[in-house]
Amino acid sequence: MDRNSFAAACRGRAASLLAGVALAACALSAAAQEPLKIGFSMSLTGPLGGNGRAALLAMQMWAEDVNAKGGLLGRQVKLVYYDDQTNPANVPGLYAKLLDVDKVDLIVSSYGTNTIAPAIPIAMQRQMCFMTLFGTNPNAKFKYDRYFQIMPNGPDPAVGLTKGFFDVAMTMDPKPKTVALVGADAEYPHAALEGARTNVKAAGLKIVYDKTYPMSTTDFTPIVRAIQATSPDLVFVASYPPDGAGMVRAVNEVGLKTRQFGGSMIGLQYANIKTQLGPLLNGVVAWEVYAPEPTIKFPGVEQFLTRYQPRAIAQQLDPLGFFLPPYAYAMMQIVGEAVQKVGSLDQAKIAQYIHDHEFSTVVGNVRFAKNGEWAVGRPLYVQYQGIRTNDLEEWKKPGKAVVLYPPEWKSGKLLYPYDEHRK
Amino acid sequence: MTLIANALVSGLLLAGFYAAVSVGIAISFGMLDVVNIAHPAFIVLGSYLAYFASSWIGLDPIVTALVLSPAFFALGLVLYRLYHSSFERRGRERLRGLAFFFGILFVTEVALILAFGVDYRLVNTRYMDTTWRFGAFDLPLRLFVPFLVSLGMTLSLQAFLSRTFFGRAVLAVAQDELALQLMGVDPVRVKAIAFGISIATAGVAGALLIIIQPVQPSLGREYIGLVFAIPVLGGMGSIPGTLVGATILGVASSFTSTFFGPSWSPAVSFGLLLLALALRPEGLLGKAAR
Repeated sequence: MDRNSFAAACRGRAASLLAGVALAACALSAAAQEPLKIGFSMSLTGPLGGNGRAALLAMQMWAEDVNAKGGLLGRQVKLVYYDDQTNPANVPGLYAKLLDVDKVDLIVSSYGTNTIAPAIPIAMQRQMCFMTLFGTNPNAKFKYDRYFQIMPNGPDPAVGLTKGFFDVAMTMDPKPKTVALVGADAEYPHAALEGARTNVKAAGLKIVYDKTYPMSTTDFTPIVRAIQATSPDLVFVASYPPDGAGMVRAVNEVGLKTRQFGGSMIGLQYANIKTQLGPLLNGVVAWEVYAPEPTIKFPGVEQFLTRYQPRAIAQQLDPLGFFLPPYAYAMMQIVGEAVQKVGSLDQAKIAQYIHDHEFSTVVGNVRFAKNGEWAVGRPLYVQYQGIRTNDLEEWKKPGKAVVLYPPEWKSGKLLYPYDEHRK
Repeated sequence: MTLIANALVSGLLLAGFYAAVSVGIAISFGMLDVVNIAHPAFIVLGSYLAYFASSWIGLDPIVTALVLSPAFFALGLVLYRLYHSSFERRGRERLRGLAFFFGILFVTEVALILAFGVDYRLVNTRYMDTTWRFGAFDLPLRLFVPFLVSLGMTLSLQAFLSRTFFGRAVLAVAQDELALQLMGVDPVRVKAIAFGISIATAGVAGALLIIIQPVQPSLGREYIGLVFAIPVLGGMGSIPGTLVGATILGVASSFTSTFFGPSWSPAVSFGLLLLALALRPEGLLGKAAR
């Protein structure tokens, strides 16, 4: 090979190399432009559709905020979601589709225990980090180490969820002795009742009624009368929105005589159920995650609600947004921060990062326990007091959902017995 | 004793509501042989219209239902004509007709979601929070008023079907359509009007439903089993049978909830249905096919 032909060969190879580098750069650039997809199923219709849509709005607000700041890992965030119709049977298929067809990069959960539980095996099979929204201990049997949950009930969620009700009850003088437990036949109420039984045992109370009812129950007065026949000091209910409202109406109709009534009743947190039941809620001791009381100052919640409420009203969603939306936003904040800090979509590293760090979110600082639940819980138990009308504005004022538990956020006193402070 | 009295009263009140939601199926399924699986969706539509009228102009749900009955009747007429021309006339009514009504069910649900959102809706009326107490038993007006309306509607329907010429024509079309045709009556017209009546009862039942419990667009699916079980138990095409079937299921449900635990209630109710059908396949007041 002479000098000229050698130089020509070198130039040719250099040109090929440059072309290859340029092609690779183009490919990388194209990948960088592809959105980072976060997939989930959400209950947009069915019994929990109202809250599912409110959660979706909060998640969309987070995606807009993140994208306005340049996205995650330099890529715009795209939420890919399907309606699971609040039907657990739909969930596995939807997550398989998200992972196999839509090729999402990350997954988070739908809302609620019933729809989270069927998604966990798929997350485990694909070894995905799985941040979940308001499940009551669905990971208890799976023990998946990449599972996280944003509801603030503490490391033993079913027990933490219900502990406040019984701690409040034990402040009564004389102390209560008997309790009736009742709830719907579904995953969440079963978990809540299980937690309640643990707390009942710890408090030394005697269970005089412990039964569940089918979700299709129309009339709750026979159930309330059967409870009344056992003359319990306390009545604890674990319910969903329609049955919770039905129970509240039934106890008022029957005139239930007990010293404390309430429980972990999903639905009483919703604006439309609060306004429709209005004064019928007086005296009920209920689980909440936020109340506009002077003692409750979770940093960021008020600012979030100021942005959320006008959009929710425009979309006919929960106009208060005290319950799920701030936590749905916080859940996404945690996932986003972990991905950004890890600098990749390595699921093991993301999960490890979430395990190891504390996160500053719109619902305050969050650190997770080994099982993926909040390391330190803060479920609230409030008593609805002095509700006079069915006006929504009443619920925005302090003094209507008086915080009784935990003691550090207490904003008022328990009014008892229940039958004297009803209405 | 108080528990027994109240369980009986609660069961009867519940039976009134059950009769209201299922009497339309007794007509459409029992008399016209139209498997209108969308019936519960029309009940929920009635609930939402009652909610809308109550929240916007403060109209009582029952008044709304009565005012809107002609509109529901007209909707039923149109639906039946569509069903007849697309399926029944071509002899394809069985499976395809079922798919048609499934489609109507989903379309109605989606329309409700688009119009009203997916939140639970409730109404407040002046009587809803009142309970009359008579010694050993209570009478919550939230259940008693729907009971009275349902009883009135069901008895009126029975009187209409058994005492008027048109009512007898409906009963005749259920028995022998060809014979009716030979007598110069248009069975399609008779069936369309009867189907319109069945949809009108769904509108009224919807108003009763939202008085009793909160509703959301897909709530109707919870009632599909019940609305078909009651006419089958009572006897296909028999309005008194529907009342009897509703009473049995309502009282059984109430007694089971009170004395054995509410989670047994569906098992006992549907166990009774199976038992009744095993002993009397045509239903309690139904006539055996000849």
